[in-house]
Amino acid sequence: MASTAALEVLTTAGRRRARRREWLAVLGRAVRTTRGAVGLSIVGVVVLIAAIGPALAPRPADAFVTRPFDNPSLAFPLGGDVLGRDVLSRTLAGGWELLLMAAVATLLGVAAGAALGVMAAYFGGFWDSLIMRVVDIVLAFPQLVFALLLVSILGPKIWLIVLAVAISHAPQVARVTRAAALDISERDYVRAAQIIGMPARKVMRREVLPNLTSVLMVELGLRLTYSILVIAGLSFLGFGLQPPAPSWGYMINENRIGLVANPWGVLAPTLLIAALTIGTNTLTDAIARASLGVGRGADDALLPGITAAGAVT
Amino acid sequence: MTDMTAPGKIAAAPAPPRAHPLRDTLIKRLGFGVITLFCVSILVFAATQLLPGNAASAALQNTATPARLHALEVQMGLNRPAVSQYWSWLTGLFQGRLGTSIVSSTPVSTLVGGRIVNTAVLVLLAGFIGTVIGVALGMLAAARRDSVLDHVLSVTALAVTALPEFVVAMALVIFFAAVIWHLFPAVSVFPPGAAPWSDPTLLVLPVATLVIVIVPYTFRMMRAAMIDALESDYVEMATLKGLSRRRVLIFHALPNAIAPTIQVVGLNFLYLAGGVVVVEYVFNYPGLGQGLVNAVADRDIPVIQFVVLLLAAFYVLVNIATDMVSLAASPRRRLPRS
Repeated sequence: MASTAALEVLTTAGRRRARRREWLAVLGRAVRTTRGAVGLSIVGVVVLIAAIGPALAPRPADAFVTRPFDNPSLAFPLGGDVLGRDVLSRTLAGGWELLLMAAVATLLGVAAGAALGVMAAYFGGFWDSLIMRVVDIVLAFPQLVFALLLVSILGPKIWLIVLAVAISHAPQVARVTRAAALDISERDYVRAAQIIGMPARKVMRREVLPNLTSVLMVELGLRLTYSILVIAGLSFLGFGLQPPAPSWGYMINENRIGLVANPWGVLAPTLLIAALTIGTNTLTDAIARASLGVGRGADDALLPGITAAGAVT
Repeated sequence: MTDMTAPGKIAAAPAPPRAHPLRDTLIKRLGFGVITLFCVSILVFAATQLLPGNAASAALQNTATPARLHALEVQMGLNRPAVSQYWSWLTGLFQGRLGTSIVSSTPVSTLVGGRIVNTAVLVLLAGFIGTVIGVALGMLAAARRDSVLDHVLSVTALAVTALPEFVVAMALVIFFAAVIWHLFPAVSVFPPGAAPWSDPTLLVLPVATLVIVIVPYTFRMMRAAMIDALESDYVEMATLKGLSRRRVLIFHALPNAIAPTIQVVGLNFLYLAGGVVVVEYVFNYPGLGQGLVNAVADRDIPVIQFVVLLLAAFYVLVNIATDMVSLAASPRRRLPRS
């Protein structure tokens, strides 16, 4: 009896610390490669602009201060927008909400997907079939279309968009996690934990999940890129933050009629969104290479939506 | 293993009925596809019609008073039980009665009919061109692995993969339509009833946007598949036989990369089903995606229901088709696992 208790202490206390180190180690390996360093720097710059931008903005984002589509000048370095507001101020103020929404949606989606995937793999049988069939139903929608469907019910609410994006991520994460967890659920240490009477929830959390760190980190990066794409896309379509609040996606849309007069209203937010997604994707690629082996996984994992191969066994 | 232990036993056993793994898989997958679509239709219907804020209040908007709301709900049949509403909607779909647009009071079928053709033209053109370019570039990069060209292509692909459609679209508009050169129209508006191919210049930028977005995926998958194939024994054998590089690439390596290629084509079409939404909106292209965005903005529920269901059906079908064709193309995977 005493020995099993000692065993449990050993496996849990030690492993929690090890898990934290594992996350950092994977990230550290990724960042030491050229790709990882470049990706992280780009993301860092954009996040910095979005985070401290609102404090730096020289004018209120919704004040009419100049002529519509005014040329850049000393007072207005990026000129005026469609209604004569300061493009620089709106650009500085219009990013943090996109980043926050994308981050929350990604965390929710990956957490839910990982939980479903591990449960499907660990319990198998009926639960596995049930979870994976539900996954198939959500996977039958293109991500943006699914978000549009939810938005059509209650209108463009911020929490609804975050929820919609999270729900549309979960099935894809669940598939990947399940595939990885299937193998781990058969390992001896999982059996050992079951034998000493550890409850299923604890076995999954302490024995199975820590071994999925690399897989989940790649998923996290990948889904973050997709979150940004979908949320910025919705915002561009007018289903994000509602005007007059500034947001990068909608700025591009509302200023495109003045592209010839003052291209900065479109260029500034476009460049920032492009830099952000390129940065997260490059960093993810570096993580995949560092943790899953060079080239392997990264190329397959970057595919959109469904990997059709997963359905054939 | 088994035939070594008891060869006589196997010969004596009655021949098992000839299995049709491909046909059986197809039937199974189609069955699951139908069930999935059925669930999808319930989800779409429940989300749009049954939740508070139904079609009647969407139609009346600001003019809704409780009395008018109730009258319209009765007229639209929204006070009937949910199951009966769902059933008449579903049976209506199969009989071609798609409902009536709340906003324009025209039948959904007339509203959507032309858009389906327009979107199909866009998707097929972009899917075809994108796949050809992506496969060609992928083969090129794999054949010259680790050359400067390979590195340039790979890094470019990594960057472009991450770009949102509207960013690519705006870049194309800036370069080719509005600011730098004025080669193509920035919007692709054509009169209702006109075929999208009647003025090909209108198609150039929307198709180019979608092509630029799908080529990197295709390229990355193709490059990986070709590198796998090129490292195999039979390619080494073919090279050692003294065959030309081109012959080895096209006749020995490519056929073995065919299954991944089919998957890529499938994935491209899956992506395009969602990708057209933003691209059509940017270029004002009168397709299903633009119709969906307008319908969501106006809360035109019958249109939303039909378009979402249509896109989901397309998604499920492409998925099944991709699986089946790639299964048929890779005989090894058809056999049951031993």
